[in-house]
Amino acid sequence: MISTTNLTIESILEGYKDKEFSITEIVSTYLDRIEKLDPQLNSFITITKEDALTKAKALDNNLTTEQFNNFPLLGLPIAFKDMYLTKRIRTTAASKVLENYVPAYDGTVVKKLKNAGAIILGKLNHDAWAHGGSGENSQFGPTKNPWNTEYVPGGSSSGSAVAVASGFTPLAMGTDTGGSIRQPASFTNTVGLKPTYGRVSRSGVIAMASSLDTIGHLTRTVKDSARVLEITAGQDNLDATLHKELPESYTKNLEKGIKGVKIGIPKEFIGTGTQPEVKEVFEKAVKEFESLGAEIVDVSLPHTEYGIAVYYILQTAEVSSNLARYDGVRYGENRTFFGDEAKRRIMLGTYVLSAGYYDAYYKKAMQVRTLVKKDYDEAFQKVDALIAPVSPTLPWKLGEKVNDPLAMYLQDALTVTINIAGIPGLSVPAGFSGGLPVGIQILGPHFSEEKLFQIGHSFEQQTNYWKETPKL
Amino acid sequence: MKVDVKKVAKLANLTLTPEEGGKFEKQLSDILQYVEKLSEVDTNGIEPTSQVTGLENVTRADETIPSLTQDGALSGTENKHNGFFKVKAILDND
Amino acid sequence: MNYKTVIGLEVHVELKTKSKMFCGCAASYFGEKPNTHTCPVCLGLPGALPVPNKQAIEWCIKIALALNCKINEFSKFDRKNYFYPDLAKGYQISQYDLPFGHEGSIEVKSEPEARSQKPEAKLIRIRRVHMEEDTGKLTHANVGGENVSLIDFNRSGVPLVEIVTEPDFENEFQVVQYLQKLQKIVRYLNVSNADMEKGEMRLEPNISLSEISNFQFPISNENLPEYKVEVKNINSFRFVDKAIKFEIDRQAKLLDEGKTPAQETRGWNETKNATVSQRSKEEAHDYRYFPEPDIPPITYGETEISKLKSQVGELPDEKIERFVKQYKIPYYPAEILTRNLGIATGYEDAVRIGSKANIGSATIANVVINNKIDFTGTTPSQVVDLARESARKDEISSSELSEIINSVLSENAKAVEEFKAGKENVLQFLLGQVIRKAGKKLDTNEVKNGILKIIKS
Repeated sequence: MISTTNLTIESILEGYKDKEFSITEIVSTYLDRIEKLDPQLNSFITITKEDALTKAKALDNNLTTEQFNNFPLLGLPIAFKDMYLTKRIRTTAASKVLENYVPAYDGTVVKKLKNAGAIILGKLNHDAWAHGGSGENSQFGPTKNPWNTEYVPGGSSSGSAVAVASGFTPLAMGTDTGGSIRQPASFTNTVGLKPTYGRVSRSGVIAMASSLDTIGHLTRTVKDSARVLEITAGQDNLDATLHKELPESYTKNLEKGIKGVKIGIPKEFIGTGTQPEVKEVFEKAVKEFESLGAEIVDVSLPHTEYGIAVYYILQTAEVSSNLARYDGVRYGENRTFFGDEAKRRIMLGTYVLSAGYYDAYYKKAMQVRTLVKKDYDEAFQKVDALIAPVSPTLPWKLGEKVNDPLAMYLQDALTVTINIAGIPGLSVPAGFSGGLPVGIQILGPHFSEEKLFQIGHSFEQQTNYWKETPKL
Repeated sequence: MKVDVKKVAKLANLTLTPEEGGKFEKQLSDILQYVEKLSEVDTNGIEPTSQVTGLENVTRADETIPSLTQDGALSGTENKHNGFFKVKAILDND
Repeated sequence: MNYKTVIGLEVHVELKTKSKMFCGCAASYFGEKPNTHTCPVCLGLPGALPVPNKQAIEWCIKIALALNCKINEFSKFDRKNYFYPDLAKGYQISQYDLPFGHEGSIEVKSEPEARSQKPEAKLIRIRRVHMEEDTGKLTHANVGGENVSLIDFNRSGVPLVEIVTEPDFENEFQVVQYLQKLQKIVRYLNVSNADMEKGEMRLEPNISLSEISNFQFPISNENLPEYKVEVKNINSFRFVDKAIKFEIDRQAKLLDEGKTPAQETRGWNETKNATVSQRSKEEAHDYRYFPEPDIPPITYGETEISKLKSQVGELPDEKIERFVKQYKIPYYPAEILTRNLGIATGYEDAVRIGSKANIGSATIANVVINNKIDFTGTTPSQVVDLARESARKDEISSSELSEIINSVLSENAKAVEEFKAGKENVLQFLLGQVIRKAGKKLDTNEVKNGILKIIKS
């Protein structure tokens, strides 16, 4: 009896080659588990059972070495945050505006993964329009944390994190604009990658904030994460903000180890705003890094405290513009179907861009953005990478913060400056507190994902937190 | 500070109920109060960043690629007529 | 009361690129079935991103160079946010504070002048030349008893160059001159067909009347009237004239009554032959411009700009000047011959061929103009043949000629006496008589000499 909680991308793909199991067996096992256990967690919005099984069967009938060579992810089950446009599969942005929208085209990353042989299990729940950090803003019901269903799983890629943590899929695609992959990964004991801005094509993913959105993914292990980036990264004629050069491989030097690597700890991230329980887990992690041979250095990112203000001005301004196309004319419902959070952000963004306010808000935020980026540039002159907590607090109870939008926004304090600067971040499991997962994030200069994977892999192999799975 | 929610909603093409108006007015004011924080930062002579990529001159050649079919273009809605998208009459001629 | 008219112009020129401004859909839309040239980008589907057309940008810069503009070495696109059903994304990608071209100028005729002379010039300052994308097209219909608007997005995303002038125009004549010149320039550059009826060149004049009558153009800010009226929907040259005249009259009447015309947008209505107020545009739009995050900035260094400048080639005015000097023809014929590049090139080729047969450039010019040749159906060689034909003189023997001359002289003895007495221009009369009597095309010099010889003998 196959148990998905023992599977990773690597073990699945190896297993297919070794004929340990068939693609159909694996896909059915995942689908059965989703059917049985997801109702209590609500991580999926759409499950594409028929298509997935049909595809699996077709692949099983034609398994040759050539197939494995040409399709690096042959038969791998995958699920997409419902912000990714999938041809002929309903794509809702977890909003009633697009409740019945079926796209006429596949986004670039969807195409790339399909072309690599992946099989789509379905579309994952999230905070509507990626607006949120708890999963409670979905218009399809909140997603629950599998480690304790009274608690939030984090957001906005709530369904993505929960699906991987619960063994519903070995790979879930997400988006990270202000922490939306890293924070839910940290709350669910999974690995979440936020790539460098300009590493992975945004074409075909519903835009939240154009200068901040990144296209990343959640997996159980760091090696899995690196493997996926090899498929999703790269140039695309349909996205003008992409970087051309691509490293040869993200997995080749994974085992390098971190002896002598200089790792900085930004002091502003472990200040008074960070809960003691989180600090405790973090300090333990720091000791692990030291034992692995890294040199720990104290650094400062002085503009950290302005991150939320900069973020909620720039992000909402871009949101207000990006959501202007949803007028019900060419697709979807009209604008009365927007939920509260979307309306709030659209209005805030409209306000900060409006006549008389642009200079004081938007232009000012763009200037402070320069300073935030400069903080990181200067820090990376001194160190190879940074480590920090992901969330200032442990996961909180469902319903606890829904009536206080500002309180909810302040939870993003440790993730937003990474998006503002455009640098990459890898969130890895770092332990538990009171039964709830706590992750840490590894940050590096632009396009340093290879180094982040090396550091993350080292830490993961030493600590093995990833092997823990929630009881469902 | 008081936010003219009605004016902002109109600009944003959103319709709010009176209760929503009141609720959002308070929430938006709170958030705007918070972001005032930025005025503490000395940004004299600092260039605004609107692009973190550092890229320039990303363009495409003047070549055509196949378009969506008419059906494909109209597939997202029921509001169509003879190949056009259809909406309630807009009163002004441009 | 006498008012001084102040007009500024906004012209949109549609570029004839193969593909649209931000996507690879075909840019041609005239006569196509609706919504057949669209894609996720120009249809504003979720997740679609813009990628700018390099050719369009270079053509925009060429237009700016042809209008003597400074070119911004660092430029970018900006989002202009507003809601309208024909605007798929809810924002138009345009340029706000760093347009590709700025601070240029162009000369137009100041007043209608006698055709043979070079007319007095009026300088029109160009404020900016920038790049943007077109919207879809709205038409109105009644479907199943309901009044609806129908939208076709084939035009959405087609590249437009917007050219804005300072309020330097004084009357509709200058406006028409400017439009004709602009049309000529973009056709010379081969970047647009600029056919107004097809919407390839669109005009929006801003018109106001100043009660201060004693200022000189260019108008200073203090003398600018406190209002201006924008007029849209003028889609042919003849309407330009009518619409501006109507608007000037309308405003003058209001001012006479002591009222200030409302600052508003009005549309030209050809059935009513009047401008009509457009309700929805009454409030000033807050476009909330911000830099387009999906498109990195565009930089053009001195070398690249020089290269584009060299590709601009000879512009219409320069060509007219050169034709006058080089081909020794007056201004007005030179203007006709340079109306489009096809005629100009054809003419020059014909002159080159004709020079080998001793047929002069002025003769060729006359042939082309008098026969309304545009070189679409006639080759330069054929023109030279035509010129040769009209220059050909009929054969006549010297004895036959002498006979005719003697005959004419004896029939016009009085005229001969007058000529001998000193009235030189009688010769012209006698010449005409000889040619008439001969009933053939004669060489006038030959005939003149013949007459003189016989009279003097």
